[in-house]
Amino acid sequence: MSCAFSAVTMAQPNPLTTNRLSTYAIKLPPFLGSTRKLRPHSLSKSLPSPSKSLRSSTSSVSDVVKELKSNLLITKEEGLELYEDMILGRAFEDMCAQMYYRGKMFGFVHLYNGQEAVSTGFIKLLKKDDCVVSTYRDHVHALSKGVTARAVMSELFGKTTGCCRGQGGSMHMFDKEHNVLGGFAFIGEGIPVATGAAFTSLYKRNVLKEAGGNTVTLAFFGDGTCNNGQFYECLNMAALWKLPIVFVVENNLWAIGMSHLRATSDPEIWKKAPAFGMPGVHVDGMDVLKVREVAKESILRARRGEGPTLVECETYRFRGHSLADPDELRDPAEKAHYAKRDPIAAMKKYMIENKLVNESELKAIEKKIDEVVEDAVEFADESPLPPRSQLLGNVFADPKGFGIAPDGTYRCEDPKFTQGTAHV
Amino acid sequence: MAAIFQGIGTTASLSTSNSFDSKRFQFPSRRSYLSERKGNLFVMRSEGRIIGGSKGRGTSPLVTSAVASKAESSSTSTASKPGHELLLFEALREGLEEEMIRDPTVCVMGEDVGHYGGSYKVTKGLAEKYGDLRVLDTPIAENSFTGMAIGAAMTGLRPVVEGMNMGFLLLAFNQISNNCGMLHYTSGGQFKIPVVIRGPGGVGRQLGAEHSQRLESYFQSIPGIQMVACSTPYNAKGLMKAAIRSENPVILFEHVLLYNLKERIPDEEYVLSLEEAEMVRPGEHVTILTYSRMRYHVMQAAKTLVNKGYDPEVIDIRSLKPFDLYTIGNSVKKTHRVLIVEECMRTGGIGASLTAAINENFHDYLDAPIVCLSSQDVPTPYAGTLEEWTVVQPAQIVTAVEQLCR
Repeated sequence: MSCAFSAVTMAQPNPLTTNRLSTYAIKLPPFLGSTRKLRPHSLSKSLPSPSKSLRSSTSSVSDVVKELKSNLLITKEEGLELYEDMILGRAFEDMCAQMYYRGKMFGFVHLYNGQEAVSTGFIKLLKKDDCVVSTYRDHVHALSKGVTARAVMSELFGKTTGCCRGQGGSMHMFDKEHNVLGGFAFIGEGIPVATGAAFTSLYKRNVLKEAGGNTVTLAFFGDGTCNNGQFYECLNMAALWKLPIVFVVENNLWAIGMSHLRATSDPEIWKKAPAFGMPGVHVDGMDVLKVREVAKESILRARRGEGPTLVECETYRFRGHSLADPDELRDPAEKAHYAKRDPIAAMKKYMIENKLVNESELKAIEKKIDEVVEDAVEFADESPLPPRSQLLGNVFADPKGFGIAPDGTYRCEDPKFTQGTAHV
Repeated sequence: MAAIFQGIGTTASLSTSNSFDSKRFQFPSRRSYLSERKGNLFVMRSEGRIIGGSKGRGTSPLVTSAVASKAESSSTSTASKPGHELLLFEALREGLEEEMIRDPTVCVMGEDVGHYGGSYKVTKGLAEKYGDLRVLDTPIAENSFTGMAIGAAMTGLRPVVEGMNMGFLLLAFNQISNNCGMLHYTSGGQFKIPVVIRGPGGVGRQLGAEHSQRLESYFQSIPGIQMVACSTPYNAKGLMKAAIRSENPVILFEHVLLYNLKERIPDEEYVLSLEEAEMVRPGEHVTILTYSRMRYHVMQAAKTLVNKGYDPEVIDIRSLKPFDLYTIGNSVKKTHRVLIVEECMRTGGIGASLTAAINENFHDYLDAPIVCLSSQDVPTPYAGTLEEWTVVQPAQIVTAVEQLCR
């Protein structure tokens, strides 16, 4: 079949035992899923070289996003900031993998390698008041928003100095100071929360009459989520009330082992936005500068009160879905194709070619980040584990919610409550 | 149904005062409150834990009908009595509106709450006064607008989410369980979720199985939420206000058939405690624990029981999660027999949990096994006769008490 996806599809028998490389060239029987061709410059059998895909194809209902020219889009300072943030994301995630295999962190850990351009491109444009809502792949979103590497690493180690006191874990990064509203384990669950944060922003302006522009909320989620009801329900509500929110789809083409094309009738997610009356934009998510340009416009739109935007970032995760995923299903050719488009390498190349920086400056940044990450690990290692007394404290904001004990006192007044051993 | 007056504070002062002026009403008891219509608030939390008996709120006359119906106004002049008379849904609205005036971050979200005024008129007139954003008409997307309320609560608002029928909130179970209950904990205490989720539930008049669900049994295991059930206009208003003021997420269960209950409630502002149970009728022979609509079936049965010579103690548990084991415990220690009457299903209902809790804590005080009368484990049928048989009726309560007290 002439379907564009066939180079990257999986074979029928047990994927865990079949050798992927040997099935690369085999024509496979039809499958259930989309038969539509994607955009010509992605995932076709003749994989284009990166230089051909420099221009992203963007489309919108209103002419919000202009075509990009390859002029200098950033200053040196901005460039260094972006580079440092992406290096931090990459180095941190690599260290997470190491620590996981050394038995320092447990459970489900989902790494962001390869997708740094999306996080950096969007979040570095936000103010401190703006909110970020993410999924379980949230370490780098938290880091980009300003949560310290120490706090995130400690949280991953389950230590009490973590950003959520060790109670959340990898999939629940919250930080009130930096307005990181999570971290959600179920997909799609965070989108309504992001819509609520955007609603508060609208409410504060219109009902409470607080001065200043709208605080913007960014909701990050993946391609799998775009088939979930909560996504559509929130697109509807956000467009209806012109909420100051940007929906960022990190389309990395895979939902664990489910290819986006096999799960979606129309795989072009950005096209779904106009159905709700909001602009839909597609951008090359491996290019941080392109992402940043689109992000600028969509965040400005939201801040001005013009409503939401749906931005689909075509990106890729270099590692498996989580550290427990053997990642045997994806075609090595596909992985190689995206590895060539590594956002960090691309940014480095851009900055050096345009004489914004020299090699030594970038190396200095890499060294600095290495130290930051090492320090984070050390800090997390030395931090204490949560004591028993932490068990019951945060269940309720008002601990009277545990009710009245048989002796007439509130259960939270029981001295054993603060020790974590009270019977509640 | 006779209008009930539940006095606040001690009973003596209320009934004996002749030159009564509701604006300058003083309680001579240990709490002295001024009863200005506007301004002063007093909190209706009982400070001392009263060992059995009434909470000093006066002996209310028994409610004689089991089903809420439009009350006939009292034959005596209402002008001389303190307080004002209203229906339960109006009491809810009053409580909601008072909180909206008091705190501009309180907002309402739900289907048809705005222009339509709420399917049970609880939010009638509010959208005209406070605008479309504060009384938000949402599209039919329970999961998402409940999640939106949670996100708004995390960022500083205090939303009140209305489920048009509690059963619809099954669609919001994801958000209620995962986010509403858990986020305060998983964020290490950083974000609080002061959201109120309310709506009518319970078995109505031949509404069919899906509109007759009792969600309290499904939600009770979710850690991090509180559940309360109102049963009279007085406690409806008080619980509504308490729920809105609470920093915890609270689910307020109303009942479809109780919205037209009429009662005289105080003019003064009052807030009830979310964790306390309500002593409806003190007694000696048996403790009957109930909540919501079953309270009225119990009171009707109580009338029969009193005529037969029994003295049941009736407690409206009000707080479905957590249970007020103090009030319940004191009652058990006095009567040694417990009957639970609830509308939940037999399996896994509130009654089941309550049975377990009482057995665990007060086993030594029981002279007989706890009897729990619940609805049948049957999807509520449409036919009136069948529907009647799925729900506990006063006759069954009388029989159960007679057997228990043998």
